[in-house]
Amino acid sequence: MGIEFRDVGKTYPDGTVAVTGFSCTVPSHRTLALVGTSGSGKTTLMRMVNRMVEPTTGTVLIDERDVQGLDKVELRRSIGYVPQAGGLLPHRRVVDNVATVPVLTGTPKRAAREAALALLELVGLDPALGRRYPTQLSGGQQQRVAVARALAAEPNILLMDEPFGAVDPIVRRGLQDQLLQLQAELGKTIVLVTHDVDEAFRLGDEVVILRTGGIVAQTGTPKEIMAAPADAFVRDFIGSDRAERSLRTVEVDGLSLVVDGDGRPVGVLE
Amino acid sequence: MSLFGDALSWITDGAHWGGPTGIDHRIVQHLLVTFAAVALAALLALPLGVLIGHTGRGRLVVVALAGAVRAVPTLGLLTLLGLALGIGIEAPLLALVALAFPSLLAGAYAGVEAADRGAVDAARAVGMSEWQLVTRVEIPLGADVILGGIRAATLQVVATATLAAYISDTGLGRYLFSGLKSRQYDEMLAGALLVAGLALVLDLALATLQRASRPTTGKVPS
Repeated sequence: MGIEFRDVGKTYPDGTVAVTGFSCTVPSHRTLALVGTSGSGKTTLMRMVNRMVEPTTGTVLIDERDVQGLDKVELRRSIGYVPQAGGLLPHRRVVDNVATVPVLTGTPKRAAREAALALLELVGLDPALGRRYPTQLSGGQQQRVAVARALAAEPNILLMDEPFGAVDPIVRRGLQDQLLQLQAELGKTIVLVTHDVDEAFRLGDEVVILRTGGIVAQTGTPKEIMAAPADAFVRDFIGSDRAERSLRTVEVDGLSLVVDGDGRPVGVLE
Repeated sequence: MSLFGDALSWITDGAHWGGPTGIDHRIVQHLLVTFAAVALAALLALPLGVLIGHTGRGRLVVVALAGAVRAVPTLGLLTLLGLALGIGIEAPLLALVALAFPSLLAGAYAGVEAADRGAVDAARAVGMSEWQLVTRVEIPLGADVILGGIRAATLQVVATATLAAYISDTGLGRYLFSGLKSRQYDEMLAGALLVAGLALVLDLALATLQRASRPTTGKVPS
């Protein structure tokens, strides 16, 4: 069950190799984070799930069914998609953006709008914002709307393409917390693409670190990767040698303070 | 009296109104020719432009072709078509269709192409069919530019429709050609003024329509 990438590859007509021989399984209700620098093929891999990109070799399966055999439009409607930087329709009100897919699949407009307002609340927005147009919202609010739109058709799968990349760090943290809380409630199968290794470790149950050309450098839980980086590339990528990764404790007034490699305090050991 | 004054009194002279050669009748003819030419050209140019803008294919070929058509002098084309088709409205109508085509095509593909690519990609990824993308996202977002093309084409055609009178008894151009021939310069200038006035009125109407078609996005237009 879940999503399976079976030996997939993608070579573009101009000869650019985006991905080669990638295999991976995402069990249902779990989050897979694909992380890598630009050109590592992470977005290409994610977009193979809803056939926005067709692999040139191998197959992608959802619940054991080859996506190639499914109708593209139906498939996409059954999968939630959160693009980079919102991707909302600028000429439609927020509530209608959220209701996009249910309206396409034939839900009466009024019912779809009511459901959309409830979704806005679920992602932590005031339903009154539903009357506005996307450009009248902040970047963080737009991303929340994009998440609400992705959830509107009640999909089992969510694809997220650097969903929080375009907002400032504090807002990003809030959005990540919101996603973790939503995921604890809803238990979707999520494929998340990010270039931020901290985000991958925070949100992913399983993390795949990719090199240029879609070659897997290491796959594992965040703990496994942190504890045993496969090679120098992974060590460097996750910043094993950075000061904030090498923590130790010091005793101050009977408390155990945790400090980083530079001796700056980060917290108290319980 | 000045020639300009003569022309104005020619226009306001009740004898020049009503009947098959009256100003009112010729204005209606002129408008009909204009609308027919723009509508016929739009029938082909708009779908083709939308297709090019949507797929991004065939752009170079069609743009080069449209540019070549643009370079064809309308009077020359009209003479050529007139020789082939004879006296009547067919030749001028075809020449005007050729005149309207490039502006309509350019407006259509530029409008569709200019739709926010991020929004279009996301709309496709959440499950809009290609047809839904075109009709619900690209055309609404590009309507302003598409109508701009229609406006430009109409303006060119309404002015050039004067040439219809060159080989047929149609439109306001009649006053120019007959005035020139009989050295009735008041009649000639009157014809020119009427065409200019018609062009202004049409342009104003289309500009209003264009403003109204701008998609509401809540953003103050810059």
